[in-house]
Amino acid sequence: MNWSLLIIEFLIKAIIILTLILLIAAAFGVYLERKVSAWIQNRIGPNRVGPFGLLQPFADVIKLFLKEDITPSAADKLFHRIAPVISLGVALSVYAVIPFAEPFEMGNRTVYFALTTPDVNVGILFILALTSVGVYGITFAGWSSNNKYSLLGGLRSSAQMISYELSMGLSLVGVLLVAQSLSLQEIVQKQALWNWNVFYQPLAFLIFLVSAFAETNRAPFDLPEAEPELVGGYNTEYSGMKFGMFFLAEYANMFTSSLIIVLLFFGGWNLPIPAEWIGLEHGSFWLSLLQFFVLIIKTLFFVFFFIWVRWSVPRFRYDQLMYLGWKVLLPLALLNLIITSIVIYFLR
Amino acid sequence: MGWLYFFFGILSVLAVASAIVTISSRNPVRSAFALIFHFFMLAGLYLTLNAQFVAVIQVLVYAGAIMVLVVFVIMLLNLSNEERLSEKFDVRKAIAITLGIAFIIQIIVAILIPNSFNSNLHQDSAVIGTAQFIGKSLFSNYLVPFEIVGILLISAIIGAIVLAKRKVE
Repeated sequence: MNWSLLIIEFLIKAIIILTLILLIAAAFGVYLERKVSAWIQNRIGPNRVGPFGLLQPFADVIKLFLKEDITPSAADKLFHRIAPVISLGVALSVYAVIPFAEPFEMGNRTVYFALTTPDVNVGILFILALTSVGVYGITFAGWSSNNKYSLLGGLRSSAQMISYELSMGLSLVGVLLVAQSLSLQEIVQKQALWNWNVFYQPLAFLIFLVSAFAETNRAPFDLPEAEPELVGGYNTEYSGMKFGMFFLAEYANMFTSSLIIVLLFFGGWNLPIPAEWIGLEHGSFWLSLLQFFVLIIKTLFFVFFFIWVRWSVPRFRYDQLMYLGWKVLLPLALLNLIITSIVIYFLR
Repeated sequence: MGWLYFFFGILSVLAVASAIVTISSRNPVRSAFALIFHFFMLAGLYLTLNAQFVAVIQVLVYAGAIMVLVVFVIMLLNLSNEERLSEKFDVRKAIAITLGIAFIIQIIVAILIPNSFNSNLHQDSAVIGTAQFIGKSLFSNYLVPFEIVGILLISAIIGAIVLAKRKVE
């Protein structure tokens, strides 16, 4: 096997995918958030930089880069510096195992539309593991700032993550039972055409969706950064690009969650009509590209949904959040798991 | 095979280094962070052994769940730096040093004797490491131990709830 060729292919794919994700998820996500919130609140939103304000996110990023970077004198310097790196690093490394389309033939070899080959049979577990590690960024940020508000934000975040991870994982098991596989590639292939998992596992989808809101710290579960009580929460003491990295990580996480929801429940990259109808063969480059766009469009719909909910639903109280996680979602997820297992046992 | 040794070397050096930081750092949060890093390195070592399922579970359970709780408690109690206790030579320390020396001698002997251990991966290791294989063996050959562990965990959870309830009332 030609190692240098493989490494070059990997590097090219990594650069393309990470650039695309950062561009779509962060730049476009922020723009979408501001435009949709403006639309919901009957405002205009950003409209000065570029046509329709489209270049606003780039102006924002330049501003963040040029801002003074302040570290509080009482802060733990090391952790204050690495906390945003953990947040963004974890948010981006999830893309190591996410496939974006069917593999296609190029020359006489198969090129996978993902960073790794789909041999990674534990892809979905890897994603769960990394999302659970992502909490350290926020927790350490809260602790290292040496500020009571930040610490409370960090503590809330870790408690929230532990609570919702359980129901998230349990709701996933239902999907894995239906798909009979742990590999994302196979889970998507089993949902060809309109065979979407959301029709077989509607309860699991609802639980996963609510848990995803909690895991990404988005409203109505954005208690780690609840402005009225905690100033800015865990990022109170952050400025400049360190704050920018938390910001990017939040939008990257939102995009990842939407992507996983689409891959698991909404057919992933499968086209709504058979590929033969529009004259594309399986394994051709153009079909893979089309599938990639289908996936991105479905994902952007869920990004829009995340934003829509944020600007429509008021924030939960903390005890309500814990009650929902432990006493509603967790029993429901268990119930869903039991029912699914019984049904599948008798159908086979 | 050369790449595998390369990764093994890097991962094991980092794992040992972070383990030393874990026990030598006086700041509890730094200790916890070093331990998290150590768990990641262990997961990497499992990957070099083709045990992908164990590697991911290592990150998911230890680095992701248990250490979040540890960090949570450290922050909730807002522990300050540890103070150095007076150094006294007691029996426990003597036993620890003896065992440590015995362990080092064991490692040196194992390295010096040629062919005393086989460093090649088992040819089926890629299959054995998958989630499917582990799931199948857990629910067939090891069903009884698996069920017993389940009962043990359930009773531990119930015990924790009972203890927590008593304090409130």
